[in-house]
Amino acid sequence: MIKKFDKKDEESGSGSNPFQHLEKSAVLQEARIFNETPINPRRCLHILTKIIYLLNQGEHFGTTEATEAFFAMTRLFQSNDQTLRRMCYLTIKEMANISEDVIIVTSSLTKDMTGKEDVYRGPAIRALCRITDTTMLQAIERYMKQAIVDKVPSVSSSALVSSLHMVKMSYDVVKRWVNEAQEAASSDNIMVQYHALGLLYHLRKNDRLAVTKMLNKFTKSGLKSPFAYCMLIRIASKLLEETEGGHDSPLFDFIESCLRNKHEMVVYEAASAIVHMPNCTARELAPAVSVLQLFCSSPKAALRYAAVRTLNKVAMKHPSAVTACNLDLENLITDSNRSIATLAITTLLKTGSESSVDRLMKQISSFVSEISDEFKVVVVQAISALCQKYPRKHSVMMNFLSNMLRDDGGFEYKRAIVDCIISIIEENPESKETGLAHLCEFIEDCEHTVLATKILHLLGKEGPRTPSPSKYIRFIFNRVVLESEAVRAAAVSALAKFGAQNDDLLPSVLVLMQRCMMDSDDEVRDRATFYMNVLQQKQKALNAAYIFNGLSVSVPGLEKSLHQYTLEPSEKPFDMKTVPLATAVITEQKTEIAPVATSKLPEKLAPSRQDIYQEQLAAIPEFQGLGPLFKSSEPVQLTEAETEYVVRCIKHTFSNHMVFQFDCTNTLNDQLLQKVVVQMEPSEAYEVARYVPAPSLPYSQPGSCYSLVRLPDDDPTAVSCTFSCTMKYLVRDCDPNTGEPDDDGYDDEYVLEDLEVTVADHIQKVLKPNFGAAWEEVGDEFEKEETFALSSVRTLEEAVSNIVSFLGMQPCERSDKVPENKNSHVLFLAGVFRGGHDVLLRARLALADGVTMQVTVRSSEETAVDVILASVG
Amino acid sequence: DEEYQDVPNVITWQAGKMDSLVLVKRSIRVRFYVAEPTLYTVKAVLILDNDGERLYAKYYDDTYPTVKEQKAFEKNIFNKTHRTDSEIALLEGLTVVYKSNIDLYFYVIGSSHENELMLMSVLNCLFDSLSQMLRKNVERRALLENMEGLFLAVDEIVDGGVILESDPQQVVYRVALRGDDVPLTEQTVSQVLQSAKEQIKWSLLR
Repeated sequence: MIKKFDKKDEESGSGSNPFQHLEKSAVLQEARIFNETPINPRRCLHILTKIIYLLNQGEHFGTTEATEAFFAMTRLFQSNDQTLRRMCYLTIKEMANISEDVIIVTSSLTKDMTGKEDVYRGPAIRALCRITDTTMLQAIERYMKQAIVDKVPSVSSSALVSSLHMVKMSYDVVKRWVNEAQEAASSDNIMVQYHALGLLYHLRKNDRLAVTKMLNKFTKSGLKSPFAYCMLIRIASKLLEETEGGHDSPLFDFIESCLRNKHEMVVYEAASAIVHMPNCTARELAPAVSVLQLFCSSPKAALRYAAVRTLNKVAMKHPSAVTACNLDLENLITDSNRSIATLAITTLLKTGSESSVDRLMKQISSFVSEISDEFKVVVVQAISALCQKYPRKHSVMMNFLSNMLRDDGGFEYKRAIVDCIISIIEENPESKETGLAHLCEFIEDCEHTVLATKILHLLGKEGPRTPSPSKYIRFIFNRVVLESEAVRAAAVSALAKFGAQNDDLLPSVLVLMQRCMMDSDDEVRDRATFYMNVLQQKQKALNAAYIFNGLSVSVPGLEKSLHQYTLEPSEKPFDMKTVPLATAVITEQKTEIAPVATSKLPEKLAPSRQDIYQEQLAAIPEFQGLGPLFKSSEPVQLTEAETEYVVRCIKHTFSNHMVFQFDCTNTLNDQLLQKVVVQMEPSEAYEVARYVPAPSLPYSQPGSCYSLVRLPDDDPTAVSCTFSCTMKYLVRDCDPNTGEPDDDGYDDEYVLEDLEVTVADHIQKVLKPNFGAAWEEVGDEFEKEETFALSSVRTLEEAVSNIVSFLGMQPCERSDKVPENKNSHVLFLAGVFRGGHDVLLRARLALADGVTMQVTVRSSEETAVDVILASVG
Repeated sequence: DEEYQDVPNVITWQAGKMDSLVLVKRSIRVRFYVAEPTLYTVKAVLILDNDGERLYAKYYDDTYPTVKEQKAFEKNIFNKTHRTDSEIALLEGLTVVYKSNIDLYFYVIGSSHENELMLMSVLNCLFDSLSQMLRKNVERRALLENMEGLFLAVDEIVDGGVILESDPQQVVYRVALRGDDVPLTEQTVSQVLQSAKEQIKWSLLR
């Protein structure tokens, strides 16, 4: 046996780990001496230590061997050696889940928890609760109650914390100990007070009134424990959030008063709570910011870190509130803790002026390689934000980003940089070529398929429209030669776009395509063959439809329609117009840089919200034969908040009908509503064809009723209509406690707010990545043009956002963003009109006294053009 | 940080002709993160040696459920911290407070929303308790010779993720290593006074 605690060994000076080569089987063999009499405490202690060490290293113990060792260990309770006994408790806790029949030590532990040795009592309680279930807990309930109010702090704390662990499993038993916990909360010992408060909160957290009372009590009487204060601050701020209480509430006063606590821990907790509160005004933030400012010069790194991290959060919402701390933050730039330095810089980037940007960027680049990926992402986010704030600085930023792109780093970091560069390109046309060049360089050696395909897609979209598109071809074709299938396929699609846009490049692109047609992968070959054939036709319309803009249908919807078609074969060819359109969030035209998601890779194609509605509506027999669902609106509230009944409406548009889905909730616990319908009175020639009632609306269980409306056939341009809505139903009063309704009921009604149907309900957004090509493709057969004066609108931005939201069409080519200091602008919008016809709109806007707008609309069908012009004018 | 996403204004229009429209701006309430009031503060306590090998590791929740994930995390943590002496870092979305001494690296890990000073109090308590128990020889060898003391000390400081005790004197007292392990001559005067005080206190309470 190795005597690792031998004095001689200590002097030999070997740095080896005495536990290093422990064999589980050998240790378990040794454990047999537990059965020897008399017990040798020292040796047994060493063996228990080894067992726990092995468990701690992650060694796996089988049930049989663990149980065997556990049973042998129980014999050691005969020894009175203190350390050995304590190690037995630990072994019990460690083995509670791997050994069988651990409950056999219950009586030994119960004896120790109620015995005279205080050193045993606390740990014995913790070990006991580890092996106890709800039934056994009741058996020891009496002891637990006594232990909670025990005078010895370690006993009381152990009992309170163990009770807290037991709450998950045996809430009903533990909640009976509330009075004892209450008594423990007034203990003089700081830890006991903390644990008691924590247990009380967990037992009462679902009862807001009880929590409020508890808060009142403790905020008045005050506490000794800084830990308990922190807990109290968290409870208070959670309650403030839930009740949406104003900041004049006594709870806010309490949190603010904690800023003057003598413990830094409490002061920081209070400051952090205030900073995290929604809708804080600058005045309310000020005291919190000034304590954080003080912490910035603390000698403790953790405190400086906490302070600057919290200030960084303040700076995101209220940069001006942090400006006062700029000097302190500047001092932290050279902090030896790189995390602190980074946070200081990114905070300064948010609060600083344009002139300080260059200096700060230089400072970051001096140590960016030393910080963790998490903070690099933080730096990139700060740069992203900065680019939006100071677009003129884009060249400095772009340089910096391209250097970062060359450094080592994980996927999240690289993705953050790529996203940032892409958004700079989109915001600043003059940065496009440099940005694309950096990205080309990056994909030459990029291990992340997702990023490579994303960049190739961007190159295909932007590259052909740059002054010298040919220089990108090499980079793209290199991918076809060197990369994995997914990247090769993306490269082929990008190549095709160059061929379609640039006639002089077409012959070369065709040669390269030819080469791609011999690829070993099916998808790559298929794409190449397809593009080859389209390109050889040399037709603008074909290029626009199949190369630039692609399909805009919902993929799950297409799958379903095709399946349906194969089930019922017919002479008629399959009609793409019957497939529902994709409504997934269109990300390409985002005006804001999305914060870098910390989540995983792009998730699988989930059915969109509209696909789900389509399914739900198809299940209702009354709505058979309406055809594919064209569009579902966002929910519209038809009641004020906190009324007796809450009703919201979702408008579903079909080719010749609309279905109004009313989601109703009954908030009265003494009523059961039955046969609920929403009666609708249209202002125009709309005809309500059918009501589908919600059979029953019990208290707080949402239910839906529907109205089916036929759209006017004779006047297809009548797209807007106002409906007055009344909810009608049968009320049966019922017992609020049991929910048992009376036998008789009476009819009643409830007036809802009016519901509007507008032109946007008839148009679905569709993104045309290449608007020009789409414009040519539709052609001018049904083109109409008209000029309007928008007298009430003062700026171009306002005009653009008005038009976009009014028509519900998709802005293309980032034309929803109006460059600064311009007095004219062109807006491009694309959509599909009900029935499946593309509609494109070009609006030239000029700013004079008001805004003058010349609108040109094109569509493959005349009605759509008329509808749009009629509704704008 | 996800809790501070900017929420765009939702613009709703009332129907009718464009010029007469009224712009209704409504900002969505952002769900701000409020730290859930809980006593579960500590996610893990680790002690690594100067090769980054695990000497002690106790994980209190399922952030890293398998031994493989735990070891990978420990490797990452060690690589990011062993060359710097900077006390605190954000790693894999978690707040890590740490301290090194000679050939030992102590880590206490909590959620990134946790009060950093609370985590610090756990780290300090662990270090100071061991320092007393090992008679200031906080180094790998001495620690390995007193592993049972370490096991018992951590058990007194954190229970299932809840901070049980933050005062090193109390921890050392409760671990109650046999008297012969700590000869009186090697105790500092203040320690003797403290333990005498404690003993008197307990005898009074009994």
